[in-house]
Amino acid sequence: MLIRLLRHHLAPYRQWIWVVITLQLVGTVASLYLPSLNADIIDNGVVRGDTGYILRIGTRMLGVSVVQIACTITAVYFGARAAMAVGRDVRARLFHTVASFSSREVDRFGAPSLITRNTNDVQQVQMLVLMTFTMMIAAPIMMVGGVLMALREDIGLSWLVAVAVPVLATTIGFIVSRMIPGFRSMQKRLDTVNKVLREQIIGIRVIRAFVREPFEAERFGAANTDLTDVSITVGRWMAAIFPVIMLVLNVSSVAVLWFGAGRIDAGAMQIGALTAFLSYLVQILMAVMMSTFMLVMWPRASVSADRIGEVLDTVTSVVVPTDGVTTAGGTGRLELHSVGFTYAGAAAPVLSDVAFTARPGTTTAIIGSTGAGKSTLLNLVPRLFDATEGSVQVDGVDVREYDAETLWSKIGLVPQKAYLFTGTVASNLRYGRPDATDAEIWAALEIAQAADFVREMPRGIDSPIAQGGTNVSGGQRQRLAIARALIRRPQLYLFDDSFSALDVATDARLRRALAPVTRNATVVIVAQRVFTVTDADQIVVLEDGHVAGLGTHDELLHSCPTYAEIVESQLKADVS
Amino acid sequence: MTAPKTMKETERIQGPIGAGRGPHGMGFVGQKSMDFGPSAKRLIRRLGPEVPKVLAIIVAALASVSLSATGPRVLGRATDIIFAGAIGSTLPAGMTKAEAITDARSSGHGRIADLLSGVDLVPGQGIDFDALATVLLVVLALYIGSALLGFLQGYLLNDVVQHTVLRMRDEVETKLNRVPLRYFDGQPRGELLSRVTNDMDNVAQTLQQTMSQVLTSLLTIAFILGMMFSISWSLALIALITIPAGMAIAATVMKHSRTRFIDQWRRTGALNSQIEETFTGHALMKVYGHQVEAEQVFEEENERLYEAGFGAQFFSGLIMPIMMFIGNLNYVVIAVLGGLRVSSGTMTLGEVQAFIQYSRQFTQPVTQVASMVNLLQSGVASAERVFELLDAEEEETDRDHARIVEVPHGRVALESVSFRYEEDRPLIEDLSLIVEPGQTVAIVGPTGAGKTTLVNLIMRFYELDQGRITLDGVDIAQMQRRDLRSRIGMVLQDTWLFQGTIRDNIAYGMLDAQEDQILEAARATLVDRFVHSLPDGYDTIVDDEGANISAGEKQLITIARAFLANPALLILDEATSSVDTRTELLVQHAMAALRTERTSFVIAHRLSTIRNADVILVMEDGRIVEQGNHDQLIAAAGAYADLYQAQFSGPRVPLPSVYPALATPDT
Repeated sequence: MLIRLLRHHLAPYRQWIWVVITLQLVGTVASLYLPSLNADIIDNGVVRGDTGYILRIGTRMLGVSVVQIACTITAVYFGARAAMAVGRDVRARLFHTVASFSSREVDRFGAPSLITRNTNDVQQVQMLVLMTFTMMIAAPIMMVGGVLMALREDIGLSWLVAVAVPVLATTIGFIVSRMIPGFRSMQKRLDTVNKVLREQIIGIRVIRAFVREPFEAERFGAANTDLTDVSITVGRWMAAIFPVIMLVLNVSSVAVLWFGAGRIDAGAMQIGALTAFLSYLVQILMAVMMSTFMLVMWPRASVSADRIGEVLDTVTSVVVPTDGVTTAGGTGRLELHSVGFTYAGAAAPVLSDVAFTARPGTTTAIIGSTGAGKSTLLNLVPRLFDATEGSVQVDGVDVREYDAETLWSKIGLVPQKAYLFTGTVASNLRYGRPDATDAEIWAALEIAQAADFVREMPRGIDSPIAQGGTNVSGGQRQRLAIARALIRRPQLYLFDDSFSALDVATDARLRRALAPVTRNATVVIVAQRVFTVTDADQIVVLEDGHVAGLGTHDELLHSCPTYAEIVESQLKADVS
Repeated sequence: MTAPKTMKETERIQGPIGAGRGPHGMGFVGQKSMDFGPSAKRLIRRLGPEVPKVLAIIVAALASVSLSATGPRVLGRATDIIFAGAIGSTLPAGMTKAEAITDARSSGHGRIADLLSGVDLVPGQGIDFDALATVLLVVLALYIGSALLGFLQGYLLNDVVQHTVLRMRDEVETKLNRVPLRYFDGQPRGELLSRVTNDMDNVAQTLQQTMSQVLTSLLTIAFILGMMFSISWSLALIALITIPAGMAIAATVMKHSRTRFIDQWRRTGALNSQIEETFTGHALMKVYGHQVEAEQVFEEENERLYEAGFGAQFFSGLIMPIMMFIGNLNYVVIAVLGGLRVSSGTMTLGEVQAFIQYSRQFTQPVTQVASMVNLLQSGVASAERVFELLDAEEEETDRDHARIVEVPHGRVALESVSFRYEEDRPLIEDLSLIVEPGQTVAIVGPTGAGKTTLVNLIMRFYELDQGRITLDGVDIAQMQRRDLRSRIGMVLQDTWLFQGTIRDNIAYGMLDAQEDQILEAARATLVDRFVHSLPDGYDTIVDDEGANISAGEKQLITIARAFLANPALLILDEATSSVDTRTELLVQHAMAALRTERTSFVIAHRLSTIRNADVILVMEDGRIVEQGNHDQLIAAAGAYADLYQAQFSGPRVPLPSVYPALATPDT
């Protein structure tokens, strides 16, 4: 997946990559040329006592250094551009893919997982590309070039390279392969330690209420010791790595001098070549070291790429027709014809054979126990899911035949979990309708029973709202979410248990205020409280995905035992 | 005036989610480092308990660095032996060195004569392999010794650092359980979380990454400087000029790259929160038709991050080439000057060789120390934030001679209790209340009336400002907190489950509970019913965010927990708000069994939940405005009656005239 992903996203930057490779090549050749020039200084300048030659070659060395830095800096420039561009493009592709998902796919991955994939995983891949372009491309060039130059200086000593390179590569490889699993479990255990702390902070009241501080201390202590144990093991390997590298490098130098001395004595080699050979060997070994470290990044980036690929390969289950119905207006009449819904792979359906009609100007309430399928039913209307059987129709047209924007413009949905966006009260309401005036915003707040607390906020409708709406209470959040739906002036209102966090008095006031506004609209309310549904024009009682009863409060009290039970449980709670 | 010791840190920006583990350690959070010095000292002092090991580390580091720093010098002597042999073999045997020099000079090769005078050679003789072998063996011994000592130093330091971090983490955890709840209320939860996780991780990382490197780097710099000066004063001075000049350039680049990194993390943060928001509010984005807009905003943010990221990576990428260039520059200067001096006989080739090696080794630790500065600053800033937590005022410790209620009856009395979270905002004022043993007290009232605060005071989560609360006549302020709390079972509005099995979560109520006791509690609270539909039953792993069970089911588990605890006093704060009413009714029957004989406090929005309470308290603005049982309060036709009536008809509300503006237009 990593290779596929990179091939696809690197393609647009092919020219840049060639520039990087060329520049790195020139830069590396330049830096390889320096020891050779130094050898020249020794053999032809120092030994012969030619001062002019020394200065001449010295100037050339200076020139080569300048060429080298110019090449490397330009290479870094294009390398960074390409790497960051790849990151940007992958991020964008992921984001657009997820944006096209239906709620079903989002639920399947889970929003937090999608967020990590779109942020951290992309960063891993981006980091790999960056390191490759700025350093990794140079390493093999350096290795091959170093070997060639070393051979040029003296073929007789080349066997030393053949010994030193594998020795260094295998020792580093061995240590690193020991460290990687350690790092992995270190990360896991660090997550556990942080998780325990997180739980302690969130659950502090429960912990204190049950006097479980000693228990928690023990739980944390165990996690902390686990983490320390593995950190110590990894740290010890880490402590070994640098001394080992230096040892291999230094022993190699000693060997070069010893065997080189033999060749010089035999007249097969000049002393300057020996010095150069030494420099090349060091450069080759450094390149080997870098490559080995780079290889370590590969598996991590590869895992990330797989996680990214999973998302990219997922196709949304809700496909919007290209030439969908665009008839706006309408009255918001909602019809369900033997609708069924089953999760892919699930044995039992969530909904089966649900049929009813919600007419404009009336209120339809849906009631039932937790897990009866109420929310799923509501989500079928704006196509957050698609019904697996039957048909959901708005204004006589199957929702699957609508142009997406047209369908959504008819609907005002207040989801079960009231979610607000970062911004202000006003910006959250304008999420419902961008061109809403301040007066309209206040009107919507009045109806949603939110005007009072918004007025008390320091800056009224311009008061800030934190991400998710965490700076207002649950009840306030719900009321703002209702106001956001109201301001859209839709033909079809869908309230998914939207009054649950309100106290009964506020609930009642809100629904009374709602009546004139929704006079001409179709209203569907999912509710837990009987009190919320009693005056509905029609009540749908859901039980295990079936319609167990359909009618008004009075009718159902007599005809539907399930409904009667629910009413009983709420109005005549008999505890004794 | 003395120079200010503080090191002002510019604003720190929160890194991406889960970051801060990478080599750049960017998990720290926006905060200014006020006092670099004291916090750094305090962090160092934490190594205190490991003093013997720390001393061993310093000795090992000194030895290791001095051995490895001597290496090139001795290796240079080997080069000299080879050079001498190489030159010597070109001269006729039997000649003395002096003769060879005169010979060279007389034949017009003055330069060669100079060179020869600096070389320890015997004409006609090749390389002295015995001497070479001795020198190389010494070098080998130096390097092996240095590697072993270096490993020893790293090994010990790792132990010291890890144990220091272990102790610090333990202290943090202990502290969390000692600070008053007010401390948690006083700051956003995320802020505290990031202190104990991100900041703590950052401190651990800083210690791990910097301690060893800073120590060896500083020592290496000192030793190498010494070596260079001992070889040649003049060359060392040249190296000392080029290197700081280069360092100055590098420092400027680093400063640039740092501001760009800050910019990059700011952009990353902005983009991440946009992604987070869009994905979390995915359904809303769809239904409210904001997909195109969200994608546009993303494109803009993404482009900005690209630009910022490029800047950061480019500038930080410059440092390596620049340092390499400085190294090369040095190399060239030394090669040329050294070459000149060898040919003039004032220096040997081996010395130049050694000098080149030293100057190359010199740039590396200098760069390292420079790059550590950033890491150190961020680490110390994090340490400071952790220290702030460790310095937080602790809960007043329980009295030694605490009063004990042997067998509680459950008579609770509040005597003119006053409490406020914030000085200038009164919450509960002069509240008095007596609850007889076995009574069920229901508390109703609007949000913010002080219902939850009231029960929190009974738990002694907060200390009273005035008045007192007694349990069976004993002031709870004189009891041990653990003694008091272990007699009270509490079920909170916010359910809290830790990551573990459902069984473990229930058993939290009674740590030594037997399986049948757990099952009994689970059955009584209807947990048993839904557990059977889960594939792993009681072994199903749940956690606080767990999506595998519903909010209502979570509430049931927390109720089972309290049920198992079997307390003398029961507090239910909106304990069944997410449970559907039919299930709630069944749970209530179970709870009723639990509540008989026990004094209980019940807070609920649903009036049906509390209809049968012995006493119903209606609270408003921290005061009890009505008190009595259901029938009495209905008869009184006050606030409670209004609330209750609202269940059937809804109160009458006048409609403001703006409403029609929003009505769905006639079609």
